[in-house]
Amino acid sequence: MLEINHVTKLFNANTVDEKLALSNVNLNLAPSDFVTVIGSNGAGKSTLMNIISGVLKPDDGNVKIDGVVVNKLHEHQRSKWIARVFQDPMAGTSPNMTIAENLSIAYLRGHKRTLKRGLNKEKKLYFKEQLERLGIGLENRLNANVGLLSGGERQALSLLMATFTKPKILLLDEHTAALDPSRAELISNLTEKVVKEFNLTTLMVTHNMAQAIQLGNRLIMMDKGQIIMDIPPSKKKGLTVEDLLHEFAAIKGEELNDDRVVLG
Amino acid sequence: MYLLKALEGSIELGLLYVLMALGVYISFRILDFPDLTVDGSFTTGAAVSAVMITYGYAPFIATFSGFLAGAAAGTITGLLHTKGKINNLLSGIVMMIALYSINLRIMGKPNTPLFGESTVFSAIPDGYFLFIVPIVIVIFKLILDAFLHTDIGFALRATGDNQRMIRSFGVNTDSTIILGIALSNGLVAMSGALVAQYQGFADISMGVGMIVIGLASVIIGEAIFGHKTVFRATLAVLLGAIVYRMVIASALQLNMNAEDLKLITALIVVAALILPKIQKSIGQKRKMLERIKEVNSTVDSKGRDINA
Ligand SMILES: Nc1ncnc2c1ncn2[C@@H]1O[C@H](COP(=O)(O)OP(=O)(O)OP(=O)(O)O)[C@@H](O)[C@H]1O
Ligand SMILES: [Mg+2]
Repeated sequence: MLEINHVTKLFNANTVDEKLALSNVNLNLAPSDFVTVIGSNGAGKSTLMNIISGVLKPDDGNVKIDGVVVNKLHEHQRSKWIARVFQDPMAGTSPNMTIAENLSIAYLRGHKRTLKRGLNKEKKLYFKEQLERLGIGLENRLNANVGLLSGGERQALSLLMATFTKPKILLLDEHTAALDPSRAELISNLTEKVVKEFNLTTLMVTHNMAQAIQLGNRLIMMDKGQIIMDIPPSKKKGLTVEDLLHEFAAIKGEELNDDRVVLG
Repeated sequence: MYLLKALEGSIELGLLYVLMALGVYISFRILDFPDLTVDGSFTTGAAVSAVMITYGYAPFIATFSGFLAGAAAGTITGLLHTKGKINNLLSGIVMMIALYSINLRIMGKPNTPLFGESTVFSAIPDGYFLFIVPIVIVIFKLILDAFLHTDIGFALRATGDNQRMIRSFGVNTDSTIILGIALSNGLVAMSGALVAQYQGFADISMGVGMIVIGLASVIIGEAIFGHKTVFRATLAVLLGAIVYRMVIASALQLNMNAEDLKLITALIVVAALILPKIQKSIGQKRKMLERIKEVNSTVDSKGRDINA
C-alpha cells in the first residue's frame, strides 16, 4: 500500500544549519495497517508525514503508493489517495465557509471541480448523515460558519472531512495534541471508529504513549531521523508503557527523557 | 433641482463603478490578495474598448474585449506571484507600472475621445438609464454569487481562507489564485470600459487611485450593509460603490476642492478601517465593566464570597 524506501531528508545542506531530519528511513504499510508513531521532539515524525504527503520532497530515496513511485507528484495531486489531519484545529477547515460548504469541498477529493452548484438537497442530506457519526450535534448546524466552532468540534469535522471519502492513506500528526483531555479523548475515539469503519491505512503521530498503545495494530518509535523500533501486530497487544521505556533504554542505552512524552 | 441632478449623476457613475468594486472584493476579500494591478487594468479596459469603438467595432464587443484584456493582465499578475514567487503586493505594482506603457501603446496617445461615437449606452432610451443599468448590474452580481457557490467558486473562496487545507483536498492553489485575479481584473477593466463610454473618452490617468476607491467602496458597503454571507457581501459592495460616489458628489457640492478628492478617499478608507475597531473595543470595555460590577456584587464588604 505505502512504501518508503531509503528516504533521507537533509535540510540546509552544507550550511551551519544543516539538519539531517530523516536518515535512510524504510517503512512498509500493508492495507488497513494502523500504525502509531512516537518519538521525541525533532525526531523527524512530521518531516516523514510531509514527505509522504508531498509537502516536502525526499533528497534521496522514494515513496511508493500501490507500487507506483510518487516522488514527482505535488501535494494536491497526491491528495487523491492521501488525507491528513493536522495538529492545529484551524488548519483543516475553511473558517469563513459553512460546515456544508467545507464538506462539499472535501467530498470532491480526487475529482475534477467544475461550475456545478457546490451544494444541493441530496448532498446536504448526505452530509447530515455523515455528521451524525460524530455525535456532537453538528448535523443541526450545516449552515453555520466553521469559524464559530470550538477547537474540538473543528477537529472532529476535519477528521470527518479527511476520511468520509475513504482515501487510501490517512496521516494524522498529533491531531489531538491541541485539545483539552476530554476533547482529545473524544477525537481519539472517533479516530478509532472511522478508521475501522472506512478500513483506512493510517499513520498517526502522537506524544501520548497510552494513546499510541491503545490505538492501532502496529507501533513505531523514531529518534534522530531513524525508525528505532517497530512493534508488529503480534507483539502490540498487551504492550505497556513500561515495556516501551525498557525497549528504548535497551536500544539507545539511555533513558527516554522528553517532557512532551505523556506517560499516563 | 441642481442638487438632484448631481445626485442622479453620482448614482449613474456609481453603478458603473460597481463592477470595479466587485473585482476588488474578489482580490482583497475572497483571495486575501491586495492586488494593485487594478490601477492599470481599469485604464486598459477603457483604452481597449475606446480604441475598438473608434475603429468601428460594436460597443458590446469592445466592452467585452476590455474584460478580456483586463483578465489577461490579471493572469500575468497571478503568474508573477504564483510561478515567479514574487510577493503579491509587488506583483501587482510591477504589473500596474507595465500597464501604463501598454495602455499608451494601445491608445497611441494619452487620450482617446469618443464624442459622436455610439456606445453601449446609446442603446438606452433617454431617461431609462437608472432603470436598465441597475438591472444589468444586479444580474452581474447574481452571476458572481452563483459562481462563488459552484465547486470552483468554493475552491476559490477556500484558497483565500486556508490554502493549506484546500491543497490537501486536491486543489492547485496556483490555478485558483490566477483564476481569481484574472476574473477580478476582468471586472475592473470592464468597469473602466463602461466609464470611458459614459464620460466620452479614455484617458491614460483615469485608473490612478482606483484601488483605494475600490477598497473604499468595499469597506463602506460592508460597514453599512454587513457581509455575513456571500450574497450579502456582494450586495454591500454594490451599494458601497454607489454610496461612495454620492459621498464624493456631496463633498464637491460643499465646494470642496476637486484636487482633494483622493485625500478624502484615503481618509474615508482609514476611518472605515479604524472606526469598527474603536467601536468594538468600547463595547468590550463596557461589557467588562458590567462583569466587574457583577463579580464584585457577589463579594461582601469584607471580601468574602457571599455565595459560598
Ligand atoms: N523546513 C525545515 N527547515 C529546516 N529544518 C527543519 C525544517 N523542518 C524541520 N526541520 C528540522 O528537522 C528536524 C525534524 O523535525 P520534525 O518537525 O520532523 O520533528 P518532529 O518529530 O515532528 O518533532 P515534534 O515532536 O516536535 O513535532 C528538527 O530538528 C527540525 O528542526
Ligand atoms: Mg511534529
